Amino acid sequence: MIVRIGLSSCGIAAGGLPVWEAIAEEIGQQGLDWALRQTGCIGMCHSEPLLDAIHPDGSINTYGNVTPARAREIIAAEASGLALDEYRIATDQEPNECMAGQVRVALRNCGSINPESIDDYINAGGYKALRQVLTSMSPPQVIEEMKISGLRGRGGAGFPTWFKWNATRQEPGDIKYLICNADEGDPGAFMDRSLLEGDPHGVLEGMIIAAYATGCTTGIIYARAEYPLAIKRLEQALEQARQQGMLGTGIMGSGLSFDITIKQGAGAFVCGEETALIASLEGERGMPRLKPPFPSQKGYWDKPSNINNVETFANVPWIIVNGGAAFAAMGTEDSKGTKVFALAGRIKRGGLVEVPMGMSLREIIYGPGGGIKQDKQFKAVQLGGPSGGCIPESLLDTPVDYQSIKNTGAIMGSGGMIVMDETTCMVDLARYFLNFTQDESCGKCVPCRIGTKRMLEIMERICAGQGQPGDIEMLETLGGQIADGSLCGLGNSAPNPVLTTIKYFRSEYEAHINDKKCPAKQCKSLITYHIDADKCKGCTLCAKKCPVNCISGEAKQVHVIDQSRCTKCGTCLEVCPSKWAAVIVE
Amino acid sequence: MSCCDQNGAEDAAVGIGTAAQMNDLQDIINKYNGVEGSLISVLQNVQRIYGYLPRPALEQVAERLGIKKAKIYGVATFYAQFRFTPVGKHLILLCQGTACHVNGADKIETALCDELRVEMGETTDDRLFTLNEAACLGCCSLAPVMMIDGQAYGPLTPDKARQVIRDIYKRERQSQPEEVGA
Repeated sequence: MIVRIGLSSCGIAAGGLPVWEAIAEEIGQQGLDWALRQTGCIGMCHSEPLLDAIHPDGSINTYGNVTPARAREIIAAEASGLALDEYRIATDQEPNECMAGQVRVALRNCGSINPESIDDYINAGGYKALRQVLTSMSPPQVIEEMKISGLRGRGGAGFPTWFKWNATRQEPGDIKYLICNADEGDPGAFMDRSLLEGDPHGVLEGMIIAAYATGCTTGIIYARAEYPLAIKRLEQALEQARQQGMLGTGIMGSGLSFDITIKQGAGAFVCGEETALIASLEGERGMPRLKPPFPSQKGYWDKPSNINNVETFANVPWIIVNGGAAFAAMGTEDSKGTKVFALAGRIKRGGLVEVPMGMSLREIIYGPGGGIKQDKQFKAVQLGGPSGGCIPESLLDTPVDYQSIKNTGAIMGSGGMIVMDETTCMVDLARYFLNFTQDESCGKCVPCRIGTKRMLEIMERICAGQGQPGDIEMLETLGGQIADGSLCGLGNSAPNPVLTTIKYFRSEYEAHINDKKCPAKQCKSLITYHIDADKCKGCTLCAKKCPVNCISGEAKQVHVIDQSRCTKCGTCLEVCPSKWAAVIVE
Repeated sequence: MSCCDQNGAEDAAVGIGTAAQMNDLQDIINKYNGVEGSLISVLQNVQRIYGYLPRPALEQVAERLGIKKAKIYGVATFYAQFRFTPVGKHLILLCQGTACHVNGADKIETALCDELRVEMGETTDDRLFTLNEAACLGCCSLAPVMMIDGQAYGPLTPDKARQVIRDIYKRERQSQPEEVGA
């Protein structure tokens, strides 16, 4: 019997380590001849910490929301040959609704292998693709296979991967760089982190194959410093790969020589842009420059450089082993294969899912995602992070492929899907994203630096109840100009959240500006908290908890909020017992 | 960083921080001397040693590596990771990611600021806590989340967030009563 615990960042955050300790202790105390293993994130973040009991016949019981106490109960049950149905969320025969319908290509090993063991990776078929490439394929054949697969860059722009590889390959020069963009900056996207934590060798193998195809001699992974566990596991994986001859001189006995180093990013969203990333690698401020020349022509230290995203590389070994045609058989005409999405926000089952392209937004949100928290009304889904847009309910049947998503005004981006319900104010959300991009604008070009600032000022004014007639039109004009006039993708796409929310939720803007009302009751300047005299029983809870002591009233008497001092923090609403529900927001 | 004066450029002559920190700084400078394009790595290491970027340390870096001070300042101010003031004993990172935003991160911020009596980005008078924001901690399904000393806490409510802080204060008082001033 093997007991497997998910110990990626989310598993650890949810309390995976105490569970691990409890099980280790229990196994020891009971004298069980069981192995305890760790694995990465399987994607069911909403059920972390996860525990798999893997029986000698290969059958698996998966338990969710495990605590140390529950873990002991589970071990006791499993030791006597029983499953504990109370906490069991799936078996290998009956995947739950979250896993059903998923097709795992990039995430194929996440949540099953031990990410810290190269042997586990090899036993799961790892480095087979590399061997195949080195022994029986020429670099042009590898590129041809990628072309057949139709794989497009998973970082956001969706540029055909084979085309980039070919461009780098055809550049003259002995020194070429292969760069893995692991600077996952979109707030709300965490698939790259999960891949690096759960299957680092999968990314490395993809990189080595790319190096062979493109003729790159040196590899660099530009990783976010905010992902310490991913960096630790990458470092371990690099060391293991070197020891086993997958990296270094004469890889697997072939003529290929290639090695990889890790460079830590220092926290700048704009460094996801290729030329800014290169500037950052060179120790400079991460500011983009005009293209062309493209990085494949003049990149890191002016040498030809090929840059791909983590998820793109993770797909490569699968494509080589199964063939480009097998990958292209999934998805749509324009968007082949599968894509990993990070579901978060007001959704029941937040986590990572990998599905064939072309599935509709509705199928993803209500299938693996399980629908909206507390069964509230769906309002919008935000795709593509701060560069993306909000898609309303009327477009929920949009198939998820690059072009269809683009037609809505949003972008595929790296695959973050933030789901929003009736409690989210779309104007506030657009302000939030614009605040982010404004803050992250590198300042090099005027439209982005000053334009986003002006837009943000208008958005802040609207949220503060000081919107004026004409603001919406001004936002549209400015947004168009910024999108057209900015130097890089950050500026080009920065107005998207505002423009799409105006397009689909114009009435909310109008309510803020004309009626000075926030329909979602989120914008503090536009709401007031009252206590309903008919409902208040004088339990004093709100008065006790109010952080600014602005609620007065004796026990068993109606309480009153002093509006002049109320900070609209919402504490009274939260603490008022639901049986009274005396606090009213208007 | 007890003997380190953040304002004192004159400290450059006598030393920056403890002997161990000085040694580490020299090691880093030697390691990256002559390595082109390594300024960000150098700054990351300086911050790892001191917890922030002390001016005298940066002056040494400038002098020894032959990089203009203005350039170091330019790079250090560009990236969110770098800071010029020391942080408290416990660093709180409040996630400002989209999932946290739509799940009420602003209410957590109000509660933390009130509990700690600081504004975002500040350190408490007793130097126990620094409250900072993070763009996204990547624990979106636990939203709203904060991270203290690498440990994530979530999903939070204003009350839970206050309780986490109070628990740490309690532990501090129990272990080292003399350290808690203010």
